[in-house]
Order: sequence, then C-alpha cells, then structure tokens
Amino acid sequence: MWTTPGKLRAKGIIGMNRRNIRYIGRYNDRHLYPLVDDKLKTKLLAHEYGITTPALIGTVATQFGVKHITDMIAGLSGFVIKPAKGSGGKGILVIERVEDNVYIKPSGARLERVDLERHVSNILSGLYSLGGTPDVAVVEALINFDETFAEYTYEGVPDIRVIVFKGYPVMAMMRLSTAASDGKANLHQGAVGVGVDIASGTALRGVQFDRPRTDHPDTRHELASLRIPGWETLLTLAASCYEMTGLGYLGTDMVLDREHGPMLLELNARPGLAIQMANGEGLRPRLDLIERQAEGADVAARVAFAQQHFARSGELQPTPLPQSERLAADVQDT
Amino acid sequence: MSRLPFYLLTGILLVAGIALSIHRHIQFEVPWTPGEQRQVWEIEAQVNFSAQGDPVLVDMALPSHQQGYRILTENTASSGYGLSFLEDQRGRRAQWSTREAAGAQQLYYSAQLLVVPDGRPREIQPPPLPDNIHWESPFASAANQVIEHAHQRSADPFTFTRELVRDFTGDRQGENARLLLTQFDRTPLLVRLLNEAGVHAREVSGLLLEDGRRRQNLTSWLQVFGEDGKWVLFNPRTGEQGRPDNLLLWEDRGQAVLEVQGGINSNISFSMIQHNQPAAAAVRNQLADNTLLNFSIHSLPLEEQALFQTILLIPIGALVVVFLRVLVGIKTSGTFMPVLIALAFIQTTLLTGLVGFLLVVAVGLVIRSYLSHLNLLLVARVSAVIITVIGIISVFSVLSYRFGLNAGLTITFFPMIILSWTIERMSILWEEEGPKEVLIQGGGSLLTAVLAYLAMNNPWVRHITFNFLGVQMILMSLILLLGNYTGYRLLELRRFKPVTED
Repeated sequence: MWTTPGKLRAKGIIGMNRRNIRYIGRYNDRHLYPLVDDKLKTKLLAHEYGITTPALIGTVATQFGVKHITDMIAGLSGFVIKPAKGSGGKGILVIERVEDNVYIKPSGARLERVDLERHVSNILSGLYSLGGTPDVAVVEALINFDETFAEYTYEGVPDIRVIVFKGYPVMAMMRLSTAASDGKANLHQGAVGVGVDIASGTALRGVQFDRPRTDHPDTRHELASLRIPGWETLLTLAASCYEMTGLGYLGTDMVLDREHGPMLLELNARPGLAIQMANGEGLRPRLDLIERQAEGADVAARVAFAQQHFARSGELQPTPLPQSERLAADVQDT
Repeated sequence: MSRLPFYLLTGILLVAGIALSIHRHIQFEVPWTPGEQRQVWEIEAQVNFSAQGDPVLVDMALPSHQQGYRILTENTASSGYGLSFLEDQRGRRAQWSTREAAGAQQLYYSAQLLVVPDGRPREIQPPPLPDNIHWESPFASAANQVIEHAHQRSADPFTFTRELVRDFTGDRQGENARLLLTQFDRTPLLVRLLNEAGVHAREVSGLLLEDGRRRQNLTSWLQVFGEDGKWVLFNPRTGEQGRPDNLLLWEDRGQAVLEVQGGINSNISFSMIQHNQPAAAAVRNQLADNTLLNFSIHSLPLEEQALFQTILLIPIGALVVVFLRVLVGIKTSGTFMPVLIALAFIQTTLLTGLVGFLLVVAVGLVIRSYLSHLNLLLVARVSAVIITVIGIISVFSVLSYRFGLNAGLTITFFPMIILSWTIERMSILWEEEGPKEVLIQGGGSLLTAVLAYLAMNNPWVRHITFNFLGVQMILMSLILLLGNYTGYRLLELRRFKPVTED
C-alpha cells in the first residue's frame, strides 16, 4: 500500500511540496497569475499572440445581463458556458444540442431556460471562482472534436495537457472523460489519463484512479493505438504560451478541433502531478535537464530539443499495424 | 538564490525563543510543568499604637526580594491614612500619615511570599564603620578584654564573631560580659564590639516563619561582613552561624523597623500562614517589573490575560494544520477552519463538540440543498444559511435543555459564520465532486480539528504557551522550516505507489 521516498526519488517523481516551492514559487510570478486564472484574459491574450482558442460568443458580466443570455445563444446548435475565474473544471456547462428551447447536455440531461439563467447567475455571484469573488460568465462556441478520438472518450471532449517548463514542453498526457468522471476531463474525478510521448504524440500508458489501464472503461477501446494528429503544431502552440504569459511552470490544456486543429482551451499556473502517473515517470529528470539549458532558445528550437530528449516508447501492447506506423513516425521525427 | 538569510532568520528565531524561555524559567522561577506546587507564605504585620490627637507619621520597614523568598503581592489596610511606598538607601519602607488621630490605632500590611528553593544571596554594600566609639570608664577595659580574648582565638571576622558571641553565652559568659550586659542590650552591644574590633557588622531584623503562628515578633540578627564583601548571619543569642531556612529578613539595612511620630506605645506583631498553590497561579501573582525582558502577558489585567491564553494557543493549532498538510497531505475544507473548530471544542469539550458540529452541519446540508433550488444569489444564500444555522443551534439548545442535557447548551460556542461557510462549501463539493469528496475533506477537517484540539487543550501546552512567550518564536521558526520542506508528503507515498511498481 505504501512505497518509500527512496523509490519515488529514484523514479524522479516530484511531490506537491517540491512543485509548490521549487517550481511554482520560483518560476511563476504572482502578478502573472490573473492572466491564466481569468479565462477571458487568457483568451484575449492568446488572440493577440495568434494562438487559436474556441470562438468567443459573448460574455455576461451583470445580473441584469442574465436575462439576455438566450438572445446571445439564439440560433446556436451548441455552446459552452464557463466561469472566467473557475478552477478545476468547476461550473463549466456544455450544451450539445438545442431542441425547442430545451438545452441538452452531452449526458442527455435536459435543461430549461431558467436552469441556464440560474447557472449564469451562480457564476456571476462567484460560486465557482477562486475565493468566491464576483465573476464573469464566458460563452464559447462548442468544440467539434476530432472524430478520431470518438472511440476513446465518453460524452466529453478529450483534452491534452502539456506541461511547459521555461518554454520547453516536458511532459504530456491526454485526458479521456468517462462515465465515472461525468464527462469531465479531471483525473481525480475518474477520467482516464494517457501518457503521451513528447517525440511522436503516441500513447505510452493509461491510468484511471491512479491505477494502470489498457483500455477505455466505457467504450472498451484499447488505448495503445491512440495517436494525436498534428502533434508538432500542438507542441509549438503549447511552447509559445511561455512567451505569451511569462510563466515558467505552466500547464496548457489543448483540444483538437475538427476544422481548426489544435486549440488552446485554458492555462493553469498550478498544474497537477497526476501527469507523472499517466507517464509512469517523474518530472524531475526532465525539469533538471531544462534548468541546465541556456535561456533564449526560440519556440522551434525548444520543441525540437524536447522531442529529441524526451522520446519514450510505449509500454502498452499495441496492435501490429499502428506499431509500424509509429516506428515510421519516430524515424521521421528524429 | 541563496537560502542563507532564511536559515539565519529561523536560527535566530529558534535561539532567541529558547533563550527567552530559559531566561524566564531561571530568572522568574516559572516552572516547565503546570503541576508543580509552590509554597507560598501569607504574612500579616499589624502595627498598634496610641495616637495623641496630633499629626501621625508611621514609618515601617518592608521586606524585599531576597535569598529564598520572592514577594508576590502586598496589600495594606489603614483607613484614614495616606500611604506611600519609598525605596531609598534605608531600604523599602511604607509611610502612613494622617493629619489628626487619637486613641488606639491599627495599621495592617500583608504580603504573599513565594518560597524559592535556589535563590542566591544578594550582594550588599557593607556599612561603614562608625568613626568614634565611646565607652564609659569601667566598660572600656571590659570591652577591650572581651575583644582581645576573642581575637586570640580567631582567624577572620566570622570566627571572631563566633568566639565573641560565645563569650556572652551560657557557661562561657565571663565577668566582663556580664558587666557589659548590665549597661547595653545584647545585639547592639555585639555590633558595637565588632565595630570596635574593625569588623563591618550591623543588626538586622528577621521573622522566623512557622505555619499558623500569630502575634510573633521580629528577632534581631547579626549581619557580619567578611573582607571580600561576603556576609554571614549570626544568631546573637547562640552564636550559630548561617541563615535558617525559615528566616525572612524583614529589615536588612540596620535601620529601625518601626518609627512612629505622634503616637506612643507602638508595637508591631506578625501572623503567618503557609499554603501550597499550583506553580502557574504562583507565577500569575508575581509582581511585574517593568523591564523589557520580563515582557509578559501577566502584566495585563486578568480579563485580557484570559483572552490571551486562547490567542496564544492558535499558533499551536496552526502548527498542527501546517504539519498535517505539508508532511501528511491531509485535505481540509478551508485552510484554518479546523483551528477555529478546535477552539470551539475547547469550550464545548470534545464529545459534545463533535456531536454538535456533525448535527449542525448535517441539518444545515439538508436545508442548504433546498435553498439551492430557490436559485438565489450567493451572498443572500450564505446569509440564509447563517440564519438557518442560528435557528438549528437555538432549537438544539432548547431541546437539550428540556431533556436535561446541559452539555448541549455549549453548542452556542461554535463560530456561526464559519459553520455556515463550511455548510456552503460542503454543499457545493457534494454537488460537484460527490459525497465521497465531502467525506474526505470533511473527515480531514474534523481529524485536523480533533488533533489541533488535543494539542491545544493539553495542560502542559497551555502552560508553556501562556507562560513562555519565547515559545511563539520557536513555533514561528518551526513553521518557517516546514514551509521550506520540498520532500514527499506521507499520503503521496501511497498515491504514487503504482508508478514504482513497474
């Protein structure tokens, strides 16, 4: 049931205390936090830096404006309402379809107009925001997620978390929502985390509730063949968030849109440590290596460096065909 | 980035905290444990005299801190008299004065004295020798012979004194001694002879402490100074050397104990009683010297002291929280909410506190789940929860009182705003993360609160935090050190275990 600190250290696992003091405390300036804690700010900033994000439909900032939410979303087939300062996926409402003024969630739950208004009102009064401060509701276009992942997810949109340290993408994982996680992509709620090879964008290892998994618990689809298209674009997007925010230790959450390719969903100045579980490897050796690199490398050089040094081969048993594909991809990448 | 200033700061805090605590322990005899009993003497001096209808001035010597005894408190009772305490080269004195008094007068002075086992004798300046001691003709030669006799059989002032007193005592009492005693009182005579022989000495007055004695008088003692400034007491009646353990020096400057102007037939008598009291109480009664090092909560009025007793415990609770979060990794709802709950537990006792807390939160959660259907603004909803909590507490108090459970009344000690926020947070947690997370965080909060309560309610911890302010510095440095810990948390050893299993 318990392991020893020595074993964890040998694996290079970093704990909460070390993350907080050594990385977040040292590399993330407090005054930069609002850039990532406020999703609206992140969105506007990303627009400035040419980083694609889901289209902004509108914002609601006053209780008075709550009544106009239906005007704002009139004619849309699907949309997402989220609190600008929410954390941990709290308060995000996804509406997949609209039928005769009934709003249908991915789970099939049907909401009325008043339910929508109450949700927005709750967001404004700070129910989901850090410290309960008054907040702004952001309405975004629904992401048309890439059909290649349909088999790997249940209800929600799978997203890709990349840890970016001093501008280098150091570790990545894909988060697949499950029935247990209620369509949310948070690992502690029961989503499946799949470690992703930085070099090739292929699956390394899967975990749910911190225990290894080789298939998706709901769709029963095996995880080994998972491969993220447009991987290098995605890494470049993630790495350029360093210039955009100035935060040295950053969690970037990306999604793949059918038409627009990789998109930045949100940023996190205090990314969790579960990514180590999904990769079966600690962050420490990679962070130590990056700390020894000289400053000033550009985005392309940083991505290339990461792909060269952090290449891993998966421990999942893949089917023969995807393996040959992946080998080919590896040869191309290096 | 150098961590040197950090370690320097924590080091200084730690050393200063320990040094302050040890200083308080040694200098003010504050014990390390609360259970220790200390002996305390209550002594009452009664001054009697007859006034003549004229202005009256009564001047009385007072005892001061000395080897073996420390004065805790002193009080006087003297209606119609003005009173002032003086401290000059004549030592500590009390002066009563009135414009007009007639008939029998009684003045009271009482003091509480703490028995201090290991006090050191105080350094005193020896009194100067009188310039010229004049003897009448028959006594001069007698005195010379006595001095000569004692001098031959002695080596230093102390042995000389012993021999001298012996010559005036019992079988060895010679003709010369008897002659001198017809003219002089014993103790002044001995001082006179000692001074004649060039020995610094004076008469001091002391009180022999015996439990439950009344109408006691002061006895006179010889204070003899050696060549190096050390002094020794001699019993002028037996020649015994050294201070008896139960001797309290009332007047130690060679002055009159009592001087009355405007009155006759004055006398002073003493009654005394001894009792044991807990060391903490004895410490509380200590007179506060206004020095910086004696910076102490005890100099505040009693009401503020009681307040501080609680406030000074909060760092202990904070340390428990820091320990459990940083080293163990327990999740709590609201960082320091458990400390506030623990403070409430101190008032309610643990079991009633736990039951009351769970009842209020459980009922509050049920009502809160209804409130969430009403679609209210956050502030209004939390306010509604606050009123609900007050309602729940009132109902429980009345019910428990009706059923004869007086313990239930202490439920009112819970901080209601904190309870309301706890209910609000738990409710949101329930909706978003499910009941499991509520159990984890609620259980973590309660566990932390119980541990903080056990630490804060420990009599030894209460004694130490209240009596040693230096402990706050030690706690500060410990918390700073914990804030610097980058190692694994205990629960992470379990969380990350699957990674190490490959």
